[in-house]
Order: sequence, then C-alpha cells, then structure tokens
Amino acid sequence: MSEKIYVFKVFERIWHWSQAGLIIFLLLTGFEVHGSYSLLGFEKAVGLHTIAAWTLVGLWVFAIFWHFTTGEWKQYIPTMQKVDAMIKFYAIGIFTHAPHPFKATTLKKHNPLQRLAYLGVMLFIGPLIWFTGWFYIFYDKWTEWGWDQYLSLEWVAFFHTVAAFMMLIFLIVHVYLTTAGHTPTSHIKAMLTGWEEVD
Amino acid sequence: MSLGKRMLSLVMVVGAALAVSMAQASTDPAPAPAQSVAPGAHSYVPEVEKKSTSTADHSKFKELQQNFTSGPEVTKACLVCHTEAAKQVHKSKHWTWEFLNPETKQRLGKKNVINNFCTAVPSNYEFCTACHAGYGWKDQKFDFTSQDNVDCLVCHESTGTYRKLPGLSGHPNYKDMEFPPGSGKIVKAPILKDVAQSVGKTGRNNCGACHFFGGGGDAVKHGDLDSSLKMPSKYLDVHMDKDGLNFSCGTCHKTTGHEVPGSRYTPTASDDKAGGHMRGKEDKNPATCQACHGTAPHKVAKLNSHTDKIACQTCHIAEYARGGKPTKMVWDWSTAGKLDKDGKPFKLKDSGGHDSYDSKKGDFKYETNVIPEYIWFNGKVNYTLRETKLDPTKVVKINSFEGSASDGKSKIWPVKVFRGKQPYDVGNNQLLVFHTYGKDDSSLWSNFNWDKAIEYGMKEIGAEYSGKYAFVSTEMSWPITHMVAPKGDALTCAQCHAPSGGIGRLDNVPGLYMPGRRANELLNTAGWSLAALSLLGVLVHGGIRILAARKGDEK
Repeated sequence: MSEKIYVFKVFERIWHWSQAGLIIFLLLTGFEVHGSYSLLGFEKAVGLHTIAAWTLVGLWVFAIFWHFTTGEWKQYIPTMQKVDAMIKFYAIGIFTHAPHPFKATTLKKHNPLQRLAYLGVMLFIGPLIWFTGWFYIFYDKWTEWGWDQYLSLEWVAFFHTVAAFMMLIFLIVHVYLTTAGHTPTSHIKAMLTGWEEVD
Repeated sequence: MSLGKRMLSLVMVVGAALAVSMAQASTDPAPAPAQSVAPGAHSYVPEVEKKSTSTADHSKFKELQQNFTSGPEVTKACLVCHTEAAKQVHKSKHWTWEFLNPETKQRLGKKNVINNFCTAVPSNYEFCTACHAGYGWKDQKFDFTSQDNVDCLVCHESTGTYRKLPGLSGHPNYKDMEFPPGSGKIVKAPILKDVAQSVGKTGRNNCGACHFFGGGGDAVKHGDLDSSLKMPSKYLDVHMDKDGLNFSCGTCHKTTGHEVPGSRYTPTASDDKAGGHMRGKEDKNPATCQACHGTAPHKVAKLNSHTDKIACQTCHIAEYARGGKPTKMVWDWSTAGKLDKDGKPFKLKDSGGHDSYDSKKGDFKYETNVIPEYIWFNGKVNYTLRETKLDPTKVVKINSFEGSASDGKSKIWPVKVFRGKQPYDVGNNQLLVFHTYGKDDSSLWSNFNWDKAIEYGMKEIGAEYSGKYAFVSTEMSWPITHMVAPKGDALTCAQCHAPSGGIGRLDNVPGLYMPGRRANELLNTAGWSLAALSLLGVLVHGGIRILAARKGDEK
C-alpha cells in the first residue's frame, strides 16, 4: 500500500499550470514570429507573444515573492548528492522496476536532478530569454537610451531564439519525465491535486 | 446679387457663348475636348467649391478690368499692387530652374540636369518652358531680371482655361490653336481678363498643370503625382480627399514669399526631431509627415518602434500610380527614329492602350498600381551631371540616393526607379544634350537624325562632342511620397515579415535583421535537430520502459 504526501500547495499548482500554458503559447507564437511557420499571422503572433510575455513576467514576480516569503526557495538549492544514483535510475533502474532512489517529502519535493534542471531553467534559460526579450520589446528606445552602440537586433534575436530552443528541449524532456514517478501518472496527479503517491 | 455682379456674369456668359460659337464656326467638325497628352494640354477638372475666405475680390480691381493681350501685360497689372512678388519669384527654383546643392556643391535644377525622360532643356527651351513660371524663355538669352516676364497666372488663376502649350516659350496661346499639331484638336485662347480676375491662392490644379504632367504627359514622371489628384478620393490620398480634408498642395508645401519648401533635390529623409508644426517656428521642411504627425503617431507601440528606421511612406504608400493613370517605367530612346514604309513617324500601343512606341521617343513601358523598390536613404542625392564621367559598361545612375543601415541617418524609403537608354558621348564618356524640339531641320522630331540633333544640342551648350554617340542604360530614382493611403490600406506586418516561403517587401534591403525573414540558418538547424533528438530520446526511453513492463508482467 502506497502512502500519499502533500507536496504542491495551491499557489504552486496555479503557478505551474499557468506558466506551462504561457510557455507553450510563447513557444508557439515565438517560433511563428521567428518565421518557422504560419499559424496566427505575424501581426497577431507578435501582439499575443508580447502580452503573454508580460503576463509571464507578472507571474514570476509573484512566484519569486512567494518563494522568498515562504522559504520554499530552499527547494532549489542544488545538491550533487544522489545525482549519480538518479542518472543510474533513469538509465537502468527504471526498466527493471528498481526502487526510486529519491523519496519525496514535503520539505524535499524535488529529486536532485530536478533541482539542477529547474535551477538551470530559472537561472540560465529564464534570464537569457527575459533580457533578450526586453531588449527586443524596447528596440525602439535603444537610440534614446544609448544602447544602440552595444546591441544589434540580429544578436538579440539570436540569443532569444537560442533560449527558446533550450526551453523547447526542456519542455520535451520535462513532460516525458512526469511519467517517471511511482506510477506513470503519479507526478501529474500530484501537480493537479497537490498529493503525490510515494513508495 | 449686386447689379454690378449680375452685369458681370451676364457679360461672362455672353462672352463664353460667343467664344464657343466662334470656335465651332472656325473648325469643322466641332472640336473634341483636348486630351491629356502633354504638359499644359490636359482637360480641366474644377476643384471642389470652397467658400473663398479671401478679403479681396480681384474682379473688382480696376487694374484688372482691361482687355489684356498678353501674359506680361497681366503681370504688369499684378505688380501694381504686389510690388515685391516678382522679385520673390526671381529667387525661386520655379523661375531660375537652377539649384546649388549646398552639401554636394552640384549645380542642379532643370536648366542643368540631364534626366532619362525628355533628357535636357538646353536647345529645347521653346518646348520645355511651357512649365517655366515665366514668359518668353526661348533661348539662352532669356532675361532673368525681367519682372514683367514672371507668369503670375499659371500658379494663381482658377478658371482652368489658361494653358501654356509646349512650343510657345512659356506663353499661353493668344489665338485658338490646333494642339498637338496635326491632331485636329483646337485649344481655345484664354480670355486673359477673366483669367486675371480669377486669381487667388494656388490650388491643386495650378501645381498639377506642370507637376502632374512631368516627363511629357499625365503621370509619366513621378508615379505618385498625376491628374487623378485633382479630385482624389480618400483611397487615393487621405489628405487631399475631395470629400474629406481636401488639402491643397500648399497645405503641406507651406509657402512663404514664393519659396516652396519640400524639394526633391535635397529631400528630408529623416525628420526625427520634428514634433509637430508649431506656429511661428521656422521649420526646415514643413512638408514632411513628421512635421504634423510627429515620430510616434501610432496607437500600437510596436508600430511606433518602426519609425526610426522606416519612412512613413514605406508603409503608407504601399503602391503608387493608384489613380488609374499609368506611369512610365521604361523609356528607351535608342529605338527612336524608326519610320513606317511611307517614311512617316508612327506610334504603337500596348495591350492596355498605352503608347509602347513612338518614332519621336522610342520604346516605353507603362504600369499602374506599382509596388515601389526600397532603399536606405539619408537625404543625400548625387547626380550624374553632363560633366560627370560615366562607365558605359554599367548602368548609369542619373541620381543615386545615399544611405545605409548603419549611418544612423537613413531610413528605408520607397522609390520609383525609372529605367531607360539614352545617348552618350563614346569619346568622352559623358551624357549628351540633344535637340529634340524645334522648327529647324536639326531637331530629332523634325528629321529623326540623331547625329544632327546631338551636334546641335552640344553646340548650344558650348560643350565638346567627340562626334560619336551610343546608347547607355540609365536609372533614375524618385522618392515616393504622395498618394498617401488611408491607414486601412497601409502595408500589413506580414507584407514585410512574410511567412517562410513568401516574398517580403524588404527582402532586398541590405543590412537589417527582420524577424520572420532572416533567421540564422545554422541556429535553426542546430535547434531543431537537438529538439528532435530529445523527442526521439524520450520516445525510445519510454518505449523500452513499456517493453520492460510487459516482460515483467509475463514473468
């Protein structure tokens, strides 16, 4: 008989799913603006991409505030402990029904690989996409603000796209690994209800 | 209506009726209305009636109540009150046909420039000066200090009956005249008294009499200026809309002391410091879009972020020659002079009914609703003048617009590029002046002999000619700035930021990154490959898990 623990609070779940929706939408519209395909039309894609981006910024401001006031930021402190065990589990153990090397608790809800991955998203992909995105949005102010001598739209767009590709790859792997819990759906259920089934 | 006015109108009606009956008596059959074939030879469209706000009714002035027999006589009468007017006109380009570009030091103006339309004025004065704001410029001896030779009427009359026909050295026809010669169409002589009394502020028809007909006919030269702008709809020009704002040319080209601002010789390519046309402020050029609209006129911020690099005209004049009048795109002089089997000059028409060949002029190509070409432009224009040495193996740029993505002064502008072939001096590698029009036997249009026409033209300007000519390909650019469409007809985003596989308007403009069009292909390949590999990776991983689970179940 497996037990259940409460891992994701209401705010976290709202944050997660609205962020997920926004990121998927931003990827869709962003790659249209990039010229990869035609879906909504360039004009609409640009407009909605901008609105979605600002919404996500707002959401992050709340999330950062929440993490620091609740102390939940500690969940993301990186650790190398058991990282090798996690890799071994995903590479071999998962196929042989080996026990999961990490046991989630309310105080430690992310496994070490998750911690590293999410920290990477928040400290690298996030800032890269945010700053290039802001440069992009305020493109017409560059001259006024004296930035035009340091920035070129081509390179801003390049790094914004680099970050977008990284986010896309993160999304693919992340969605797949949600099935790698106690049962294939236990992680997903946890993110929906807050309660995670553990061994 | 006062008795005096009633009498006046009666006299005018009787006079007009008499003139009509006389004209009918003198020609058989009755004359058809003249068609738009040459400068000054166009049909008159009255402007929308506007209540005059002038405090002077010129028909009441004693000075104008005389039966004038010539233009200079009228001018003399004008100058009685407007004592400084002629002196002002004397300083203007409309009079001097000369302009010294202060930056490039090139001596420009109609008098000096050789273009690739009718090419050059010297040796063709009688014809070309139909568009001179003066009377009697028939050769190099014209007196530019004469006040009486200033033509007030062409810019200020409002009857529409006053026309300066080519060949009369800037005079109107004082007698009824067949025009064009041999056409059977009679152009009636204007009644100068009526014309003189009709004067007022310069209207669209006045400017249009020359500027709509540049290059030898309606719409020929500019592409964004033609007779459709006399009574334009909103679609054709949002500012000049006859039922709307009804601007005259002078609303933007706000003229003081007969100096008309907004010249093509020194265009304002970038007007980012202008924030509205303030009263009392001496604007460098009040004819720019920014002079009224500023630099952030859009409600959508993203559109305003384009104004530093894109000229307003680029989006807001998506096509030119939109008024139904085709503009000339190509003029090949090299084929001029062919004669039919009877030894006579002839004309051919294209499928659209426009001239495609004329023995006098060569081959043409006309187009309507033309998509402009786009260039970086910083306002500096360099001309290939007659003295300029050219490279005949290349296309000679009659004028070249300077600009680049990186000079900080340029914007992307729409231009009409007019292409042609014209004679050049093989010995000296210079453009040639040739004698096109004249009653003598040296002019091209009288004997179709290039040797004679060039020799005469070069002698006229006192320039050296090697005696050998050939034809060189030339290009001339014209900034597109009129025929501003309503905002609903402006370019949409996707017309430049076109989806992959499409054609973007600015695809050929160098030095700019455009989202949607110029993605880094290496990054695309790397990015999509890595994303595909990750997807493949998780699918394989998942597949193995499913297989392993099944094996586990079997056990």
